[in-house]
Amino acid sequence: MLDYATLRVIWWALLGTLLIGFAIMDGFDFGVAGLLKVLGRDNEERLVLLEGIEPTWEGNQTWFILGGGATFAAFPMLYAVSFSGMYLAIFLVLLAFILRPVGFNFRGKIHDPRWASLWDWVLVGSGIVVMLISGVAFGNLFLGLPFRFDDDLRMTWQGGLLDLLHPFALLTGLVSLSMLLAHGACWAALKADHVIAARATRIARWMTLSYAVFYVAAGIWLAYGIPGYAVTGTAISEAVSNPLYKQVARGGSWFASYMQYPGFWLAPLLALTSAVAVQMLIARRSIAGFIASSLMVGGTIASAGFALFPFLLPSSLDARSSLTLWDASSSRGTLQLMLVVTAIFLPIIILYTGWVYRVMRGRVTLEQVRKAHGGY
Amino acid sequence: MIDTDVVTLSRLQFALTALYHFLFVPLTLGLVWMLAVMESVYVMTGREVWKRMVQFWGVLFGINFAMGVATGVTMEFQFGMNWAYYSHYVGDIFGAPLAIEGLMAFFLEATLVGVFFMGWERISRVKHLLVTWFLALATSLSALWILIANAWMQHPVGAEFNPQTMRMEVTSFSDVLFNPVAQDKFVHTVSAGYVMGAMFVLSISAWYLLRGRNVDFARRSMTVAASFGLAAALSVVVLGDASGYTVSLNQQMKMAAIEAMWHTEPAPAPFTLIGIPDVQQRTTHFALKIPWVMGLIGTHSTDQTMPGIAELVDTAKGRISNGIPAYDAMLMLRQDRNDPQAKTTLAAHEQDLGYALLLKNYVDDPRQATPADIQKAADSTIPNVPVLFWAFRIMVGCGFYFIALFALSFWKASKRHLDTPRWYLRAALWSLPLPWVAAELGWIVAEYGRQPWAIEGILPTALGVSSVTAGQVLTSLGGFVLFYSALAVVDVMLILKFTRKGPDGLGLWPPADAAALGH
Repeated sequence: MLDYATLRVIWWALLGTLLIGFAIMDGFDFGVAGLLKVLGRDNEERLVLLEGIEPTWEGNQTWFILGGGATFAAFPMLYAVSFSGMYLAIFLVLLAFILRPVGFNFRGKIHDPRWASLWDWVLVGSGIVVMLISGVAFGNLFLGLPFRFDDDLRMTWQGGLLDLLHPFALLTGLVSLSMLLAHGACWAALKADHVIAARATRIARWMTLSYAVFYVAAGIWLAYGIPGYAVTGTAISEAVSNPLYKQVARGGSWFASYMQYPGFWLAPLLALTSAVAVQMLIARRSIAGFIASSLMVGGTIASAGFALFPFLLPSSLDARSSLTLWDASSSRGTLQLMLVVTAIFLPIIILYTGWVYRVMRGRVTLEQVRKAHGGY
Repeated sequence: MIDTDVVTLSRLQFALTALYHFLFVPLTLGLVWMLAVMESVYVMTGREVWKRMVQFWGVLFGINFAMGVATGVTMEFQFGMNWAYYSHYVGDIFGAPLAIEGLMAFFLEATLVGVFFMGWERISRVKHLLVTWFLALATSLSALWILIANAWMQHPVGAEFNPQTMRMEVTSFSDVLFNPVAQDKFVHTVSAGYVMGAMFVLSISAWYLLRGRNVDFARRSMTVAASFGLAAALSVVVLGDASGYTVSLNQQMKMAAIEAMWHTEPAPAPFTLIGIPDVQQRTTHFALKIPWVMGLIGTHSTDQTMPGIAELVDTAKGRISNGIPAYDAMLMLRQDRNDPQAKTTLAAHEQDLGYALLLKNYVDDPRQATPADIQKAADSTIPNVPVLFWAFRIMVGCGFYFIALFALSFWKASKRHLDTPRWYLRAALWSLPLPWVAAELGWIVAEYGRQPWAIEGILPTALGVSSVTAGQVLTSLGGFVLFYSALAVVDVMLILKFTRKGPDGLGLWPPADAAALGH
């Protein structure tokens, strides 16, 4: 039997895994959608791009749903505070997630250029909204969010949508946007007709370059311009889940955990070397380029999660109310049960997802789309 | 003090988005099994018409599925957005089935649906059939986990209050899993979905027969719908009864409100067929009563009484008073985590802590409650009687009508008389909206009837809200109304368009290549 502290660390890692899974799998869908008008110059080209993600976007989006569900089950306070606190931002993300499924499905149901163009814009917009807001939200974690708990552990929040728009958060928003646009372009380079793939390759390179610049800039800003948080005294990793039982001080550096655990440096290293790899590989072997961009996404998210460790959601209003992985988790029984269920089903999910990708493999060509056009 | 505007708006938003989501989910649940049946026939007989049936009904399924997925995302995130304290207070139990639903069911469903539509040419017939079957299985499994979560709100088992974390925590997962309410709710709800799927196919096929279009295609579709629908309609009523029985055991107030039973009646209680419930006078005017029936439904016996509303209010009053010491002990444990006296008191009164929390709607500190506050809180445990009374009766009426219509259809299908008479086809066509009426009313009976509780007896709905402003909720509510209405228009428009086009207009039937019929 695993002890409570170990279970919490495992669930922290699993949460990161799900987030990375979402960013890699759904991220390229969002990237392709965001670039739809740039990569696809006419309706046929856009159809090629859409058919490249159509068979799998729905499964990919489930990483997001699962991430939400797992957060609810494993870190209920994180789920409650972040979703209710960033209410309107989450609402915008939600709208994007509502419009995407219907966009994919309804676009081809009526053959009218205006109809297609309407849904194209919906897909572009929803893609950009999600990529940008996720990055902005992540950036705000480092700045601390304006919430506190009362003795009933009822949370109050002071601030609105516009308070999230700190320049540092905007920069992390750009990190996220450029990273996922690059990732989407890598997918298009792999999946779409060669005409479009050539275009996608160029965009992937530019986007990866901008990503690397933004990412390094954000890292420097974080190191020199943004104070970190630290649990003072000993963090009680076995304690009951009540954030108010600990003391937290503001100050010090967000890189403290990197100093404590040098292994964490592998994550930013992976992110940046993968960005270089995308530059070198995408034109020659698109599959290798796509794998590199996936690693870039994974490394980036992991590096942010490691910097926050052990915090999940720092509070700028009342440092003590900050959520850490030690005091915002579910009970031991729930973590244990959910771990068993995840250990059984996550590999199964990966297996059948792999099968579906194998069935649907191959480039979507303009010729195919022309032939299928008009058919159902 | 809780902001009542936020509570009202959050409830309204949750109800609207849930009712809207529930327009699409049951149809998916039912239609997918009919696709599985049709495709099985195709694979077994090799007759092209059955494949074309799967493809045609599949187009309509796809439109509906997209709407179900789109509106389902809202449901999962609304708990955190609008019901943050609820999410904190019960997330330890409630979050698990939602997450398991994603892991076990929805992931499979969402991953396979692409192959279902786009894999016809890429995988073998048998493999495609397997995909369809797994898709069907996954949708029903999805419903199972959601209803396990929902059943826990109706009948919370296997959990206890932890004063240190200020929330409910799991004591027994198997109790949560094998909650009797969950089992009845699951079978009742999926059967209702199967009825909806069957009605959808039956009605649209009847329209083709009325027009003399796609005759062969429509007849076969109707035959499948009639058999599937009859089985489902029977099961929805029989298991609705089982559901009624478990409700009467576990949510006596909901049962009494459905029945507008203001006072305990001698056993076996009569069933009020119709009447006009009067909330002010606490009586039902012009009640037409059928002796014995209620007692039989509610207790499955002739000698047990069912408590009436007035008696249940008295019970609630007692439980509220009994809950106040629990609340007091909880606060004492906050001063000293190990206070043995407070621990003992909490243990003794814990089961009524939720009732003391009801007082928070009237006083900040339940310990300061006056007898008048306690009376108000006890009165607030009565849900909206007239709404429940009528919603339940219309739902049950629909249920019996479905049995009749599907039995008739089944008989006609076995006699191969489906094309005539025209009044039958018209009845089948115009019955199309009824499963939606029944399903939405069923949701109202179950969830509106749960009020004032978010978790029956544990957490009052009003306490579950987030610390958001009324303006924020109004913004999101307005956004939902706007976007959902627009999507509803598009959805109906597309369903009508493809129905009008039909298998013939879509080039699916009859096959241009006559030889294709053979293989």
